[in-house]
Amino acid sequence: MMMTPELALILSLAIPAIGALGIAVTGARPNLREAVTLLTAGALFAVVLWLLQHHLEGGVATLTVLNLLPNLPIAFTVEPLGLVFALVASGLWIVTSVYSIGYMRGNDEANQTRFYVCFAIALASAVGIAFAGNMLTLFLFYEILTISTYPLVAHKETPEAKAGARIYLGILLTTSILFLLTALIWTWFEAGTLNFRLGGILAGQIEGPAVAILFALYMFGIGKAALLPFHGWLPAAMVAPTPVSALLHAVAVVKAGVFTVLKVAVYIFGVDFLAESGAADWLLWVAAFTLIATSVIAVTKDNLKARLAYSTVSQLAYVTLGVGLATSMGIVGGTMQIVAHALGKITLFMCAGAIYVATHKTEISQMRGLGRLMPFTFGAFLLGSFSIIGLPPTGGAWSKWYLVMGAADTSQLVMIGVLMGSSLLAIAYLIPVVARGFFLPLSDQEDRPQPPGYEISTIRWSEMREAPIWCVVPPCLTAVLSVLVYFAAPTIAAFISPIVGQ
Amino acid sequence: MIAALKAHLPILLVAVPLFAAPLCALFRHPLFAWTVSMLVTAAAFAGSLCLLAMVMAGGPLSYYLGGWAPPWGIEFRLDAVNAIILVIVAGVGAVTMAYARASVGQEISRAAQPLFYTAMLLCLAGLMGVAATGDAFNLFVFLEISSLSSYVIIAMGAERDKRALTSAYTYLMMGTIGATFYVIGIGLIYTVTGTLNMADMAARIGELEQTRTIPVAFAFILVGLALKLAMYPLHLWLPNAYTYAPTVVTAFLAATSTKVAGYASLRFIYTVFAADFAFEERTLLFLFLPLGLVAMFASSAVAIFQSDVKRLLAYSSIAQVGYMVLGVSYGNVTGLSATILHLFNHALMKGGLFLAVGCVIFRTGSHSIDAFRGLGRQMPWTMAAFVIGGLALIGLPATVGFVSKWYLVLGAFERGWWPVALLIVASSLLAVIYIWRVVEIAYLQPAPAGVAVKEAPLSLLLPCWVLILACVVFGVYADPTVTIAETAAQSLFFDPGAGLPPMDGP
Amino acid sequence: MIDFAQVLSHYNYWVIITLMMTGLYIIVARGNLIKKIVGLNIFQVSVFLFYITISKVAGGTAPILTGDPDTVYSNPLPHVLILTAIVVGVATTALGLALVVRIKEAFGTIEEDDILEIEHALESETEPQA
Repeated sequence: MMMTPELALILSLAIPAIGALGIAVTGARPNLREAVTLLTAGALFAVVLWLLQHHLEGGVATLTVLNLLPNLPIAFTVEPLGLVFALVASGLWIVTSVYSIGYMRGNDEANQTRFYVCFAIALASAVGIAFAGNMLTLFLFYEILTISTYPLVAHKETPEAKAGARIYLGILLTTSILFLLTALIWTWFEAGTLNFRLGGILAGQIEGPAVAILFALYMFGIGKAALLPFHGWLPAAMVAPTPVSALLHAVAVVKAGVFTVLKVAVYIFGVDFLAESGAADWLLWVAAFTLIATSVIAVTKDNLKARLAYSTVSQLAYVTLGVGLATSMGIVGGTMQIVAHALGKITLFMCAGAIYVATHKTEISQMRGLGRLMPFTFGAFLLGSFSIIGLPPTGGAWSKWYLVMGAADTSQLVMIGVLMGSSLLAIAYLIPVVARGFFLPLSDQEDRPQPPGYEISTIRWSEMREAPIWCVVPPCLTAVLSVLVYFAAPTIAAFISPIVGQ
Repeated sequence: MIAALKAHLPILLVAVPLFAAPLCALFRHPLFAWTVSMLVTAAAFAGSLCLLAMVMAGGPLSYYLGGWAPPWGIEFRLDAVNAIILVIVAGVGAVTMAYARASVGQEISRAAQPLFYTAMLLCLAGLMGVAATGDAFNLFVFLEISSLSSYVIIAMGAERDKRALTSAYTYLMMGTIGATFYVIGIGLIYTVTGTLNMADMAARIGELEQTRTIPVAFAFILVGLALKLAMYPLHLWLPNAYTYAPTVVTAFLAATSTKVAGYASLRFIYTVFAADFAFEERTLLFLFLPLGLVAMFASSAVAIFQSDVKRLLAYSSIAQVGYMVLGVSYGNVTGLSATILHLFNHALMKGGLFLAVGCVIFRTGSHSIDAFRGLGRQMPWTMAAFVIGGLALIGLPATVGFVSKWYLVLGAFERGWWPVALLIVASSLLAVIYIWRVVEIAYLQPAPAGVAVKEAPLSLLLPCWVLILACVVFGVYADPTVTIAETAAQSLFFDPGAGLPPMDGP
Repeated sequence: MIDFAQVLSHYNYWVIITLMMTGLYIIVARGNLIKKIVGLNIFQVSVFLFYITISKVAGGTAPILTGDPDTVYSNPLPHVLILTAIVVGVATTALGLALVVRIKEAFGTIEEDDILEIEHALESETEPQA
């Protein structure tokens, strides 16, 4: 069978959907079910890679399914931004699948079939968002993503899980229906189209303060980007099992949010129109405030997942800040940040999960000395932290570099300060975890007299207590990947530069 | 044969159920009665689809009853507006009838079943008649046929809960007052125009707009129909009637009777009184807009606090009628299209939702929200249907609710009423709350210990899923429905209502 | 200024309005379900009268063909309409009374207040214990 771009696009959506069906059918036999999950994830990644190759060869892949409303079809287009997002989401799905098999079995979780089914649907909608050809299609998959992740957040069915899921759904639906839908219809009313077009569709159609209001409707409407004050769903979603936090709330869902932000800025408004109209000026400050405020909150959190969640909110604001700069550097930096943060944060979450599986500890204050027992996990955590902070040789260094360059381009000196300050705060909330792990005595060793010459920070391999291998290899892999991204960064920047007119 | 059938299709749609009804009553056999009703409603559905196709292809049709030319004889006049209403009524009728076999079998005693089907068919005939006729007094007669039979079928819920009797009584009182108001209005118009044919009335009212009689007649007719439509604040009969009626009846009436009343109001506002008269700013701004908005918020808020799922959905229906009223209040084509779209879309989703609740009633015997505990696992298909129907009610994309909302908001933007646009989307968030209350209980609460509930039988699930799938299909592919609704709105707005030749001859 | 001649010449309307309001008042104010139906009937009858009186043509005779081309007839159409409306009214009354009988059997009373009380009791029974 010949692979055509249309077929590949259909497959990219159909594979996870069929996978979900297959998982539901094979639910009674866990081994088969897990095989289906892995197979689906692998096949999806292969298809996305094919689309990448096709794109690199200069091919254009578009697909119009049917008219949802007259003149407003469900349509898909492959473009660089979407490819980056789809690659990140589908690639990391494989890693997370491996990891979640270890985690879910290690913890003996209930409702595993529902978990894997919803996971596959969520991935299908993430790919749908990535390849959406117009804003309506994107919105459609955006909402499917919200609904399909709700059961994942409420997975444990405890009162806390229910409350968390309620906040999750409440904020995401409220913002998307109240603001995003209004913005969509307004755009349709003014421009008569919702197609993504390079340079935007709104230039010349709308002017004055209305531009800023519409832009605000979009930015706050995309609740998944977690802009203050609509960030509360992300910490609330941390009641979910760790693989969910790892893939969805560090990669797929939140990246779908900031990806939509980028799409709206580049293809609906157009970077030039944003810069001219000044509609994005306010966004800089909101993003900067989000960045700093949530970093500070992160420092105060003792629960590791909560700390990582606030760190995610802050890191997402980097992308929004990139958009707020309204320069090509800002957009490139934002895209780089999507990749780098995805790899870094998924590593951190998977490490947190591995610690939980091995020791059932969730609070940072309890994790003293664990690093010596779980050196691989904590090593991966360290690399992930570097990427979040923005230290070379990890991918995070580049994204921060581009963003600072963008801020310098537009002479936003304050923003340079904000970016630097946030990195310092990231050091403050991430490094202590590793440092305590390696250099402090175990909490139950404290009072015990140690033999003379006992060096507490020495790793004794015989005492190692790592989590099951399924839980340890994936974070190590992503940690290595985030180092590789450091070297691949110029390629990525060159890949996306056409959309920002460089 | 086919040609002859086609030529007399409009009257057949009304006459066949009307004559099938006594058959059911005479033979007094439940299975026979059901078979007849099923066949009749299915045929009516096919016929109405055929009519819709004819109207969409060839423009409005006129059928002269008994060959008497209007305005002396009675005329059935069909354009895109009532063709789509006929499809709604017959379609939902057919689906609920398929559902009725098992559901009615359980809820109504064997002896009463044939009579139940008789009344159902009469109700269907009445509703089809209201939708098809072009004669104002004939409309009253059909309205009363459908109302009287609906009082009966609502009261038949008394075998389960005696409150059905009092709610039917209340509905009878208010319904009759409404119908009588309507007759007063028609009488007043007749005194000044001397005609009962709607198109003829429309032609003559133009010169008489300045008289005092016409506005008074307008007010009487509007109030009369608003009672039937359950337009806020004339909705008091609705919650109890929907709660205590047999499931099939609730689903059928919720999806059709308010829709038909809505259609009749549209017909009078636009065709008979002509938009420019009815739409003096006063009516729009001070009556329809606030009432629509209040209905949306007040009824949704009340729905949130209901502990009975049927009543919850009933209040949600009143809120949804608010959306329709709001669409009319814009006074532009987009708003009117939104109203017509929502007539259709709401019929699908509310019908589907009530049928899903019916499945729960069938298995648990209760429609209290407590009965839903743990049903997410025990009745997965039923609850999945409920969730999808609920999402449609909220208005999420890929469901019909989204399409209605889209045009409603678009109309508000066209009118320049952006605060209204925000209020519309805000009110759908209230729907999130009341739907999610049920969803949470069904999925995240353990089932009461020791009670094993089985999934509903296929004969109930299938009709329910037909409506729910229609919600999704017309949500993903709304092109045809939107086109029909826009054609309908255009014809209401701009068709002069001039005389047409009879469709069945020269 | 009120033109008394005008007011008096429309006396039929005054009668109709009085009857109509009487009927509506009974429906609203009376708690007895049968009396409500009586009120409904009075209300409907006022409308019948309205139709009949508007069909009267001054100097007209009953609309039966006389053969004389100069005869003035009253308008027969409203009569026909009202014949239909009366049938509808009778059906409504019959159904209403049938419902009242069933209500009496089920609730043991036809007084609205008592019925409401019973219904409230039923409601608090089915209400979930919070």
